Amino acid sequence: MTAASQPTPRHIPDRLKSRLSRTLKSWEALLLVVAAAIFVANALASPYFLDPWNLSDASFNFTEKALIAFAMAMLIIAGEIDLSVAAIIALASTVMGSAMVAGAPVWALVGLGIGTGLACGAFNGLLVAGFGLPSIVVTIGTMSLFRGISYIVLGDGAFTGYPPEFGWFGQGYVWWVFSFELALFAVMAVVFGVLLHRTNFGRLVYVIGNNATAARFSGVRVDRVRFILFLLTGVMSGVASVCLTSRLGSTRPSIATGFELEAVTMVVLGGVSILGGSGSIPGVVIAALVMGLVTFGLGLLNVPGIVMSIIVGGLLIGVIALPRLWAMMRK
Amino acid sequence: MSILKKALTTAALSVAMMAGTAQAEPMRIALVVKALGIGFFEAANKGAEEAAKELGDVEIIYTGPTDTTAEGQIEVINSLIAQKVDAIAVSANDTDALVPTLKKAMERGITVISWDSGVAKDGRLMHLNPSSSALIGNTIVKLAADHLPEGGDVAILSATTTSTNQNTWIEEAKKVLPNYPGINIVATVYGDDLADKSYRETQGLLQTYPNLKAIIAPTSVGIVAAAQAVEDAGKVGSVNVTGLGLPSEMAGHVKSGASQSFAIWNPIDLGYSATMIAYHLAKGDAKAEPGAEISMGRMGNVKLDDNNEGAMADPFTYDASNIDQFSSIF
Repeated sequence: MTAASQPTPRHIPDRLKSRLSRTLKSWEALLLVVAAAIFVANALASPYFLDPWNLSDASFNFTEKALIAFAMAMLIIAGEIDLSVAAIIALASTVMGSAMVAGAPVWALVGLGIGTGLACGAFNGLLVAGFGLPSIVVTIGTMSLFRGISYIVLGDGAFTGYPPEFGWFGQGYVWWVFSFELALFAVMAVVFGVLLHRTNFGRLVYVIGNNATAARFSGVRVDRVRFILFLLTGVMSGVASVCLTSRLGSTRPSIATGFELEAVTMVVLGGVSILGGSGSIPGVVIAALVMGLVTFGLGLLNVPGIVMSIIVGGLLIGVIALPRLWAMMRK
Repeated sequence: MSILKKALTTAALSVAMMAGTAQAEPMRIALVVKALGIGFFEAANKGAEEAAKELGDVEIIYTGPTDTTAEGQIEVINSLIAQKVDAIAVSANDTDALVPTLKKAMERGITVISWDSGVAKDGRLMHLNPSSSALIGNTIVKLAADHLPEGGDVAILSATTTSTNQNTWIEEAKKVLPNYPGINIVATVYGDDLADKSYRETQGLLQTYPNLKAIIAPTSVGIVAAAQAVEDAGKVGSVNVTGLGLPSEMAGHVKSGASQSFAIWNPIDLGYSATMIAYHLAKGDAKAEPGAEISMGRMGNVKLDDNNEGAMADPFTYDASNIDQFSSIF
């Protein structure tokens, strides 16, 4: 970075700040209110809700998806998307399973899982940033490609019999009711929060998402940033794969089906503009909690999953429509 | 947000009311199915309710995920563990992936059994098979062979590549193939238990194998889609769709002639038996161990083998002569 980079990141946020920061603030505030309301409603509705172990169990409903959502949020803010994340989980899990059968130790399994994610992310990044292909097309393609490889390797079979120590990542507890996954979720929330909101790299992500052409003319290495974002998403998918495989204790090619849409839902619910350019990590964190609380609370009431998905869909539309309605009413 | 609040408060109220009426602490047995909205499992729920009525002090919680995923089922089971139910009877989407969660349930004192689609041994006390896999494998081939005295090409339309049930049955079916000379299985395709995909896979089969004489679909979703595809292609009479299906969903196709006959055990009996077994195990008046016999009420006793598995009954064949009688039941 040269000294000239100083005014560049300032200019674009300045134009947006007056309105956007206010909406953003109210968005996160709104989400927090929603989260609190759901929490209170759940506590009133079910005597089983306010139990630390139950809440801890419930956190598994969102931790793995949220890990991906953090990276996905940055990608979407930069105006790209990765729909292959669930397929990366499947492929990384398959690679870990093959290594496990070959007798690899636990540290190697973890390394291979994350490494596979990195490789898949690099492949996506190369196609998007290197060849200039649209990310939605590329990742729809790699979604079939990565999962397809898993199906070829496993067919209708499964890898089972992971070593017990490997189970710690998805079933172990760091302290009292705080599982490893929950701790990882918290740490990653901070890491991604700092990366997006407190570093030059994070500023560039917003700049590219708002106007990639202007960014390029200002000397921003747009393609390099995009490539790194795909790498990040791949790595986080690899990490999620380690957690999920460990939690399930087995690998099937159908693992994590539908996770990509749930991760995108979390990101959008968190206030990230699907068109890119705006959004925040705290928003995504709260959105993850909201989705976890809603599904667990409704689960405790034995609300059928179909009704549950209607409510989650309604919540998504409601939370997105509300600020707009609010703005329109004010005018 | 206010709508959500309202929904939640109504839910809260209704639960409070339910809890109010059922103060006598009934035994809560959760019937966890592969996915909600499938006729077969709705029928199993009827059977479970029947058993609950007969036993008196039992409350059935009928639940399951929206899609047939192991991850969704784990979320459901976690919420059942949180509610401290007395027993969980599950038809699993994945043999292995549910094991860690179900182990946790058993550690917390919940009686866990699997039925219909099984869980690996570590994850349950016992497994109730609707029938024996060998009998089903034989039945589905026999259904096709009965209407093909000269033999011919037959294809299989299954659910997903990872469906425990279907894979076992197809394996058994292939074992008995030598007993049916002339019957030649040319392909196995997967419709993922989705109506549209099963329909397309059937269209593919009809185009790829013009000499196809029968399609065996050992899945209630696949058989309906296959029969519809055969009707739409104008191949009624030349291609017979058979396998395992629900009488209510198949009635029209039996009448149109697309399906000569098909088989299924009675899901009502299955839900009934699973509930009975879960009740006795949770109550402690029966033990799940190899060789044990557990009462299933009006269905008799189930005898457990070395894997703590037992078979309920033989599959039953439905055709034009009895379809009307059963299609109103399930």
